[in-house]
Amino acid sequence: MSHELPAWVPLAYLIAGVCFILALRGLSSPSTSQRGNRLGMIGMAIAVGTTLAFIQVASLVEILIAIAVGAVIGIVTARRIKMTDMPQLVAAFHSLVGLAAVLVGVAAYLDPETFGIASVYDTHLKAGPGYAEAFGHIVTIHPVARVEMGLGVAIGAITFSGSVIAFLKLAGKMSGAPIILPLRHVINLGTLVAILGLIAVFAHTNPAPDWAFWAIVALSFLIGFLLIIPIGGADMPVVVSMLNSYSGWAAAAMGFTLHNSAMIITGALVGSSGAILSYIMCKAMNRSFISVIAGGFGAVASAGGEAKEQRPWKRGSAEDAAYMMQQAESVIIVPGYGMAVAQAQHALREMGDLLKKEGVKVKYAIHPVAGRMPGHMNVLLAEANVPYDEVFELEDINSEFAQADVAFIIGANDVVNPAAKTDKTSPIYGMPVFDVEKAKTVFFIKRSMGGVGYAGVDNDVFYMDQTMMLLADAKKMVEDINKSLAH
Amino acid sequence: MDFISILSIFVMACFVGYYVVWSVTPALHTPLMAVTNAISSVIIVGALIAASPLAYGSPLTWGGSKWLGLIAIVLASVNIFGGFAVTARMLAMYKKKDR
Repeated sequence: MSHELPAWVPLAYLIAGVCFILALRGLSSPSTSQRGNRLGMIGMAIAVGTTLAFIQVASLVEILIAIAVGAVIGIVTARRIKMTDMPQLVAAFHSLVGLAAVLVGVAAYLDPETFGIASVYDTHLKAGPGYAEAFGHIVTIHPVARVEMGLGVAIGAITFSGSVIAFLKLAGKMSGAPIILPLRHVINLGTLVAILGLIAVFAHTNPAPDWAFWAIVALSFLIGFLLIIPIGGADMPVVVSMLNSYSGWAAAAMGFTLHNSAMIITGALVGSSGAILSYIMCKAMNRSFISVIAGGFGAVASAGGEAKEQRPWKRGSAEDAAYMMQQAESVIIVPGYGMAVAQAQHALREMGDLLKKEGVKVKYAIHPVAGRMPGHMNVLLAEANVPYDEVFELEDINSEFAQADVAFIIGANDVVNPAAKTDKTSPIYGMPVFDVEKAKTVFFIKRSMGGVGYAGVDNDVFYMDQTMMLLADAKKMVEDINKSLAH
Repeated sequence: MDFISILSIFVMACFVGYYVVWSVTPALHTPLMAVTNAISSVIIVGALIAASPLAYGSPLTWGGSKWLGLIAIVLASVNIFGGFAVTARMLAMYKKKDR
């Protein structure tokens, strides 16, 4: 760098980075998580405080006003948001990180000296006061910094426009159905290659060509948009995680440009976090990352070649369910997103409480893709005051269905479909599912026999001898069961 | 800092991130996303520098970065305050069974 920073500045950024690592570390258990979150806040305060202390702040009042405006918007949103709407909120937040990265990148491009990344293009001119006025624009940016900057604005712009589309799809302001453009793979790959080519041109041409920089920005906004529109609603958990990862890499790239260790550490943490979550989500759906990115899943209903046979099934009532569960020793509840849509989580927790009073062992079984983002269902149950030590992950509870008296399925479908284990032609074949068919009795709450899950496949569980279908709105059905239980 | 030291920090941090994130309990994956969102807004550091166009005391150029920086500060602040607040709100909901 062209200037010397006091030694305590990089040290303070390093401490901020360590605080962020500890913030994530705290999330290994709910009991340490709140302390972790506070450490994250401390880290952020250190990073901001350090920056304000060492730069010659030209306009502290304006900066403080900008922070205050953002703080008010952020805190009000955080207080008001419904837990079912968390995926949209997270997508919206990702878009802000992306846009902020683009703005910082553009600012650094327009004003490289402020960021300490300028060098004199014409090397025989020695820098001295007033030389820029005398010789015109001869200040340019280090080539390495240009690559970092180009990557930073590109990833930031992709994060922004991709997250905006993800937000619109998750919030239902845009159809969740994939939008398939002809030749989209050619267009997308071509655009990505063009962006990389432009970054190379931008870095190697002296002085840095304006048009290349702006073309990188424009194409990156475009590709973010193009990448997300063909991806269907079922794949949104992967997309949200993926954009989480991108927002991290954008911050890291900016950290490279600005030589800032706090940004680099954070960016790497967030980038790996999003990548791991994407991997977990893909695995939980048995989808390859490439096929998610390629999009189009859920565009066509499953080929209904064979004539649909009418198979016999049994209909149960709330009273049946209440009676059977009271007699049971253990009940495993399998909630899916349908439960959250019906806002049935509070009634469900009440049902769990009533059953526990009767001496029934109640456990909740959560599939990784039960909600619309990683861990979403756990938050929804926690909000309804379900203790977290009654909630179990797929691999921890799946062996217990064989001993369970009742499996109570509410708002889930694909995640309990045995076709994923047996039917090689099924679109969900290979996806890890709950072995609910091993339970002695299965209650399956469903709005009607007509609808099917995201994947659009029939479910053998409906037609088993031990299954009783409870056809009603999930919340109403659980409330009716509670009335019977309370008698 | 030269490029190699920065790269070293980055690569090490990727490894730290990998192991730390795998140790996060799946029940807290949503708060994880919310908090990573908040901390990735450390990009506000760049926004603060941009908003202070003589930040390093160099009088040579002024490219209008101040306003870009101020807007970026607003965006990043929404994320920082909103991200930490919504994480805190979620984490407060996780309770153990009362015995």
